[in-house]
Amino acid sequence: MSDTELEGIVESPWSGGASPFAVNSKKLGMWLFIVSDSLTFSALLVSYAYVRLSTPDWPRPFEIWPAIAKSSLMTFILLSSSLTMVFAVAAAHKGEVKKTVRYLLATMVCGLAFVLIHATEWYTLIVEEHVTPWSNPWGTPLFGGTFFGLTGLHMLHVTIGVAYLGVIAWGFNKGKWTADHVEVSGLYWHFVDLVWMFIFPMVYLLSVNPK
Amino acid sequence: MSAHAHAEVANEHDVGSTKLFALVWVWLLLLTAVEVFLAYERLEVHLMITILVGLSLIKSALIMSYFMHLRFERLGLFLLLVPAMVFCICMMLIMFFPDSIRLMNLRPPQ
Repeated sequence: MSDTELEGIVESPWSGGASPFAVNSKKLGMWLFIVSDSLTFSALLVSYAYVRLSTPDWPRPFEIWPAIAKSSLMTFILLSSSLTMVFAVAAAHKGEVKKTVRYLLATMVCGLAFVLIHATEWYTLIVEEHVTPWSNPWGTPLFGGTFFGLTGLHMLHVTIGVAYLGVIAWGFNKGKWTADHVEVSGLYWHFVDLVWMFIFPMVYLLSVNPK
Repeated sequence: MSAHAHAEVANEHDVGSTKLFALVWVWLLLLTAVEVFLAYERLEVHLMITILVGLSLIKSALIMSYFMHLRFERLGLFLLLVPAMVFCICMMLIMFFPDSIRLMNLRPPQ
């Protein structure tokens, strides 16, 4: 953020007085979006817990190999992508354009790898094990509905995030956008990572086959 | 005020060195490894869910404070965002527990 820009934010006496949060409007807007989106995911997770607790024949189909190993690898990839995103934001604030773009691309590659591994897992479940949102061979059909609902919405967020970072990387490289834009896109990316930190244990680790 | 604002900007860029972020990343990986290990050991479900939710909360606090920079923002921003979010999630849980336990008791005996 340039100094003049920040002075405008911190000091300008708009009719209500100085800005109380000392952040720009983009960042505040993204934070408010993240809070509302976290409530969407919370509602889905709570409803998943609800139907699971009140259904006697909830299936626990995941084996350590390959399902849990695969989802653990996905968790590792997503956490690492958050680290590269942090480096991208730091480089952007230092004005190192090439480094920023490289780190953003690394983050996008991790995001894409996450989506691809997730897609192979969905493929195995749908084609080989015949799980759909309305039926499965093991027990209550609600299993498929909640599983595909939760992981699908998260996968959609990752996919949108990859596209978002691509647009930001392109614009930052062209000098069209500032380090603030990179930082705000970083907030979104970390949020997607944060949501997975709840989906991974709740959906995968609690459904490990007990045998 | 202006000098203060500039100091804050400089500070914002200084806080959170590469080393600190790498350390947070290592901690997040370690906590994830603990979770996977618990799943491998096939702990009893109630104990498992308590530990997993606890670890997830710690992990999300780490991500929000360091990766999302909330620790380095003004306290006002934190107070604007987090208490309201926690309150809303608690409201969902207040509706959830009594009713799901009621449903559990309505199950036909097996």
